[in-house]
Amino acid sequence: MSNSIADVIGQSQHRNVLSRLANQQTFWVFLAAVLACLALTLLTDTFATERNMFNVSRNFAFVAIIALGMTAVIASGGIDLSVGSTVALSAMTVAVLMTSGLPIWVGIPAALFVAALVGAVNGVLIAYAGMPPFVVTLGMLSVARSLAMVLSNNRMIYEFGPDHSMLLWLGGGATFGLPNPLIVLAFLAAFTGFLFKWTRWGQHLFAIGGNEEAAKLTGIPVRQLKVSVYVFSALMAGITGVLEVGWLGGVTTNLGQAMELSVIAAAVIGGANLAGGVGTAFGAVVGALLIEVIRNSLILLGISTFWQGAFVGAFIVIAVAFDRFRNARSAD
Amino acid sequence: MSALRLVNISKNFGAIHALSGVTLEIEPGEVVGLMGDNGAGKSTLVKVIAGNFAPSEGEIFISDEKVEFHRPIDAQRAGIEVVYQDLAICNNLSAASNVFLGREMTKQFGPFRIIDYAGMRAKSAQLFERLKSETRPRDLVWRMSGGQRQAVAIARTLLSDARIVLMDEPTAAISVRQVAEVLKLIRYLSDHGIAVVLISHRMPDVFEVADKIAVLRRGRLVASKRAADSSPEEITGLITGAIEAA
Ligand SMILES: Nc1ncnc2c1ncn2[C@@H]1O[C@H](COP(=O)(O)OP(=O)(O)OP(=O)(O)O)[C@@H](O)[C@H]1O
Ligand SMILES: [Mg+2]
Repeated sequence: MSNSIADVIGQSQHRNVLSRLANQQTFWVFLAAVLACLALTLLTDTFATERNMFNVSRNFAFVAIIALGMTAVIASGGIDLSVGSTVALSAMTVAVLMTSGLPIWVGIPAALFVAALVGAVNGVLIAYAGMPPFVVTLGMLSVARSLAMVLSNNRMIYEFGPDHSMLLWLGGGATFGLPNPLIVLAFLAAFTGFLFKWTRWGQHLFAIGGNEEAAKLTGIPVRQLKVSVYVFSALMAGITGVLEVGWLGGVTTNLGQAMELSVIAAAVIGGANLAGGVGTAFGAVVGALLIEVIRNSLILLGISTFWQGAFVGAFIVIAVAFDRFRNARSAD
Repeated sequence: MSALRLVNISKNFGAIHALSGVTLEIEPGEVVGLMGDNGAGKSTLVKVIAGNFAPSEGEIFISDEKVEFHRPIDAQRAGIEVVYQDLAICNNLSAASNVFLGREMTKQFGPFRIIDYAGMRAKSAQLFERLKSETRPRDLVWRMSGGQRQAVAIARTLLSDARIVLMDEPTAAISVRQVAEVLKLIRYLSDHGIAVVLISHRMPDVFEVADKIAVLRRGRLVASKRAADSSPEEITGLITGAIEAA
C-alpha cells in the first residue's frame, strides 16, 4: 500500500520536471534574455563586441549583486528602498578613508561595516519598533545619501592613496578575461542560493514571508531574522559600492541614484513575489540580466536613454501582472 | 502526579481580561474537552500554556514542577505540543518543511550544517502514514485539502516525545471521515499516556473522546467535570450562561 503510493509520487514527479520548468518564471525570463541577446547580435554589429560585452556584464553584475540581497528581503515579506543610497555611502566611506592615506584593508572593511550598520538600523526599526519596511527604508534612502554628502563634503574623489591601483583593479579589472564584478557576482549568487535552499536561515526567511504568524508560533526568532535580512541586503549594496568606485575610478554622491528601482525590478522579474515567501538567487541574476540587456539594446538601437525609466517601470508591472495571472489560473 | 496544573492563570490584553483566575489540573493520558463561546479565552489559554504569551498572573506546573516559558521552544522542550487554530502553516513551503518548521533536521556537509530534506521527507512520510493521511511530504501546502493541512499540523505534535498535546479546533473545516481520524488519533495519544486538551465547538466530538470537560465563559473557568457526569444540555447551558456554574 505505502509502496504503491510512493511509486505514484515518484511517477508524478518525473512527469512534472518539464511542466515545472515551463511553470517557472525564471525559465521564461532567461529565455527572453537569451533571445534578446541573439536578436541584438544579429541586428547590430556593436552588441557582440568584446568592449560592449565587458560593459554589459559589469553593469549587470552590480544590479544583480544587490538584487540577491533584495530577493532575500522581498522573500521575507519586506522591501528595501535604501540600497541605492547604501551603495553611495559605502563607496564614499572607502573613498574618503583611502584618499586620506589609509590602506585598502582598512577602507573596504570600514565601508562594509558602515553598510551593515545601515541595514541593522533598518532591521531594528522594522522588526523591533514594528514600523513598515517601506517607510523605514524610504527614510534611510534619504539619510544614507545625506550622510555620504556630509562625509565627502559633496566633492568628487578620484585619488585613493597608496592602494589606489588595487581598488581600481578590484572593480575595473579582470581575471581570466572575466570582469572582476562578474566573478564576485558568481560567488555571491552561489552563496546566496546555498543560504536560501540549504540553511535554516533560508528556510525561516521563506517561512516568515509565507506566514509570519505561523513562524512566530513555531518559535522561529522572527525579529532577529528580519534584522539579519536587512543587514544582508545592505552588505550586498556595500560590496557593490566598493566595486563601483574601482570601476568608475572616481566617486560622487549621486552614485547609485534610483538604483533601487532597477534592483527591485530585477528581483521581481526574476520571480520574487512582493507578497513574500517566493524568490530565488538564480531568478535575481536572470532578472538583472534581462534588464541590463534591454537597457543596452535601447542604447545600441539608438533609442533615447530617456526611455529607460519607462521600460524598467513597465517591466515591474508586467512581471507582477504575469504572477497574478499565473496564480489566478492555477487556483482554478 | 498531574501532567499539567494551572493555578490562578490570568491574562490581560490592555483592558481586556482574556483569562481570569483559571485553575485546572490534567492527568497523564487524560483527554480534556475545553469549550466556550467565541472570545471566551480558549485560544489564549492554549497560547499561555504553549509559551506564546506569558500569563499576567498565575503559575504553571508540569509533572508537579513549576515552569516558566518565555518562548514556544521552552514549552516544546517541556513536552508540550500544539495544533494551533489557524494551523500555523506556511503555504509556500512543502508539507515536510511545515512539519519541521522551527526545528528542521540538519546534517553535516563539510564545514556547514545543512538542512536534511531527505531525512525530513522520510520522517514526515512515516508520520503521515501513522495518521493514515494521504499527504505527500513534497507537496506545497497551498495545494492541499483541509484534512491534509490538518494532518501536517498534527504530524508536528508527533515529532518529539510529547507529554501534553493542545489542539485548538482540530476538527473544524474537515470532512466527517477525517474527523473520525482525528478523534482516533486523540485516543491513540491518550493510550500512550499523553494528555490532550481538545478545543472544539462540536459537542458530539467532545463527548466522544473527552474524559473531562472544562468550560470557559468570558475568561473564567465555570466548570470542570467528568464527561460521564455531564450532558450536552448542561454544557450548552454553561457555555451560554444559562447555568451559572457546575
Ligand atoms: N493578541 C491579542 N491581543 C489583544 N486581544 C486579544 C489577543 N488575543 C486574543 N485577544 C482577546 O482575548 C479574548 C479571548 O480570545 P480567544 O482567541 O482566546 O477566544 P477563543 O475562546 O479562542 O474564541 P474562538 O472560539 O473564536 O476561537 C478576545 O476578546 C480576544 O479579542
Ligand atoms: Mg480560538
